[in-house]
Amino acid sequence: MHEPAGRPRDDVILSVEDLAVHFPVGGGLLGGGRRLLRAVDGIDLELKRGECLGLVGESGCGKSTVALSILGLQMPTRGRIVLDGQVVTGQQSLDRKALARIVQIVFQDPYASLNPRQTVRRTLEAPLRLHGVTTQSEIEERVATMLRHVGLRPEQADRYPHEFSGGQRQRIGIARALILNPKIVICDEPVSALDVSIRAQIINLLLELKETLGLSYIMISHDLGVVEHMSDRVAVMYLGRIVETGHWREIFERPAHPYTRTLIAAIPDPLRRVPLATTKGELPNPLSPPDGCAFSPRCRYAENVCHREPMPPLETRPDGHAVRCWRANEIAGQPALPSN
Amino acid sequence: MKLGASLIIGGALFALAIFVGLFAPWLAHTDPVMDANLINAEEPPSWTWWFGTDAQGRDIYSRVVHGARISLTVGIVSQLVNSVIGVTLGLTAGYWGGWWDDFVNGLTNLMLAIPSLIFALAIMAVLGPGLTSLLIALGLTNWSFTCRIARASTLSLKSQGYVQAARVLGYGDLRIMITQLLPNMLGPIIVIGTLGMGGAVLAEAALSFLGLGIRPPYPSWGSMLSEARDQITTAPWLSIFPGLAIFLTVLGLNLLGDGLRDILDPQSRSRRT
Amino acid sequence: MTGPPLIEVEDLRIDLTVGPSRVAAVEGISFRIDRGETFGLVGESGSGKSITALALIGLLRQPLSIGAGAIRFEGREIQGLPAAEQRTLRGNRIAMIFQEPMTALNPVSPVGRQIAEMFVLHKGKNWREANRLAVEALASVRVPAPERRVNDYPHQLSGGMRQRVMIAIALACGPDLLIADEPTTALDVTVQAEIIELMRNLCAERGTAILMISHDLGLVANVCRRVAVMYAGRIVEERGSADIFRACAHPYTQGLVDSLPRLGSRAALGRTRLREIAGVVPAITNFPEGCRFNPRCARATDICRTTAPETTLLGAGGLVRCHHHA
Repeated sequence: MHEPAGRPRDDVILSVEDLAVHFPVGGGLLGGGRRLLRAVDGIDLELKRGECLGLVGESGCGKSTVALSILGLQMPTRGRIVLDGQVVTGQQSLDRKALARIVQIVFQDPYASLNPRQTVRRTLEAPLRLHGVTTQSEIEERVATMLRHVGLRPEQADRYPHEFSGGQRQRIGIARALILNPKIVICDEPVSALDVSIRAQIINLLLELKETLGLSYIMISHDLGVVEHMSDRVAVMYLGRIVETGHWREIFERPAHPYTRTLIAAIPDPLRRVPLATTKGELPNPLSPPDGCAFSPRCRYAENVCHREPMPPLETRPDGHAVRCWRANEIAGQPALPSN
Repeated sequence: MKLGASLIIGGALFALAIFVGLFAPWLAHTDPVMDANLINAEEPPSWTWWFGTDAQGRDIYSRVVHGARISLTVGIVSQLVNSVIGVTLGLTAGYWGGWWDDFVNGLTNLMLAIPSLIFALAIMAVLGPGLTSLLIALGLTNWSFTCRIARASTLSLKSQGYVQAARVLGYGDLRIMITQLLPNMLGPIIVIGTLGMGGAVLAEAALSFLGLGIRPPYPSWGSMLSEARDQITTAPWLSIFPGLAIFLTVLGLNLLGDGLRDILDPQSRSRRT
Repeated sequence: MTGPPLIEVEDLRIDLTVGPSRVAAVEGISFRIDRGETFGLVGESGSGKSITALALIGLLRQPLSIGAGAIRFEGREIQGLPAAEQRTLRGNRIAMIFQEPMTALNPVSPVGRQIAEMFVLHKGKNWREANRLAVEALASVRVPAPERRVNDYPHQLSGGMRQRVMIAIALACGPDLLIADEPTTALDVTVQAEIIELMRNLCAERGTAILMISHDLGLVANVCRRVAVMYAGRIVEERGSADIFRACAHPYTQGLVDSLPRLGSRAALGRTRLREIAGVVPAITNFPEGCRFNPRCARATDICRTTAPETTLLGAGGLVRCHHHA
């Protein structure tokens, strides 16, 4: 069985090719220079069926813009997004409704993400009606089933969001994302607004649903503990680019990019007391990125070539682990976490 | 205490005005236009003539009661028109942005720059006096605040997760505006509408007083004031009672608006839950 | 060395007035912080950790008020002090930084002026001298090019830089206690790491005690020497930070540690289902009878449902509030 080159393989449900999103910034009456904010600057991603892809990076790295592009809420400047065999960018793009049946999102803030004036039932029934389910009994059946799936009781359907706790609201948000039976769910920081004792419930629920409903996830988070726990593969973004990607074990046990190492070292662990800060400085202004490798001003491994030359292209090893760093080979092999 | 009081007093005054307007034919003692009798001309208030009579011998009480119909019709209908225009423009401008937003903003600024009464005066001058022209003139000139509020609410609600979620679920723009945005901005819109109604009652009185609104002999509170102008020293009851009616109705609407703001304000609501 | 502790809280109760009724949002809170010590209060929303801190600095406002108990600063009862003396205490001896520095800074005043103000107000310096000290203060929190940054307005700075400015303001008068309420929750992890290192180093250099309030167990364990875990308005466990999450005495503490997806645990143990703490965090107006954790606790028995547990002393200065502690 030979697939023609360029055709998406069957096991890939989402592929993002050379995606870029640029925003013009500034300009205006005083004639100040109109500059280009490269929020996402040419990234490639692949999501396989049944897989969870972790997308990590600091705020402003472009991970949310990638999500918005996949959801059809943000027009890409260039690049191609193929969802379940269908191209969704450019002229042949799918309409909103068709897209809605493929990809959905779970939001971070369970308070702002539910309409305060709609009951849970209305929140879940309206999308079904919109998508052509007309039989009342079927609608009720599907709403009840979905509520049970997310761990709520069907008789709670006639309540308003404010009658629920934060964790329950997030369950409602998940139910809404799943009511149309999508294939891909983007989880945008799904637990970071929740109380610590509630997070495990939601993480377990998301993993269970992934298995029972055969979903694929893109897991966006800055909490690397959650990402490690949930992801099969991980992509690390920095200033609109992917700097490292690979199997979760590779990323967390043998991180090759200094930025990935910095992120991992910065997570404070309750059972380990170590220095957390391994870089200096903050994310540079994306409007005027530094010369050379974008991470070089903060990188403790940086040497001449890093300050002079732009970040090298993503170099993929046979095991699928890919990294963009001039010194990756020298750095790799050192343990990621300082020993206990 | 303050919250409850303004709501109750305002609501009661407005309800009284509505009641009087609705049941005017039963509440009035005489026909407000036809029952003129010069024998009874310019009687001061008494047991027979509660609010006195005017120069033609018509019962002021009956005229004030019937005037409530006209004043409230103008107030409610014109404000409804304003609200619909303001919400439609503000919601679409905020949601779609771009050139449409610029256009609506420009229009709103234009409306805010010209006093709305002057604008209404100009329209009345073109259309001529009468109830319909009054409704058109007042209904088209006072939507700018509603529009501003609707646009601002849309801009802040647009980024809320549930609005984004609706887009991701495949909702069309119109459906999002009606089911997701509109219900969540109704509070301030209702408050502005209530205050605007008070303004419209006043504007009707002003236009009628200037002779551009309701023409005599039909009783509107403004036209009654206009007619009473010359006798303000000799027969003050001619102006006191319609003036009082305007004052109480507008006061009631303003108090009601304040009271509603206190309950509908999302901040005060979240504080209570 | 046997003088009174820097700050001592004894049997503190904070009342919340809801309409005509009063509920205790926090009760039976006792702890002490010694000079130069780092102490952490961990808890979820509604646990009462933030209002406890506000009580310490005398910033409780209606509908919250102190219902019972004592707060002593260097052995002196704070509540009995006249308002003017309380204010001096607040600016000079106890300082506080908040989660969102943007709301705590004045948006229309350059940050240098806001730091200098502290020297003028609390140290009686003239503006010239105060401005010079402000540059030094900014330099001490490692803000690059401080002599230019003093002229910046808060909105021109990044979140991390703003939090540095807040720390500079807080430490300007050399306080004895710095209260940090979720100081890094709004920041990225790499920036958080730097801010934490900075706070830790500055306070160690100057002998400033830290009271750190956070929901993040890892952060508190890394910053503080001693940690108290709060749940539903009570301290349920207090221990040295090296032990508290390693050998938890209280089932709630144990539950929190078990429910965390800890970095490295999947690699070591494979993906196991996270242990959940069942149920929901109770609302302040609806705390359960007896031990407040009992509806969510696997060890709960009849006594837990009726009687609130007293504090039990553990070895090494720890204490726990549980009928069935480990």
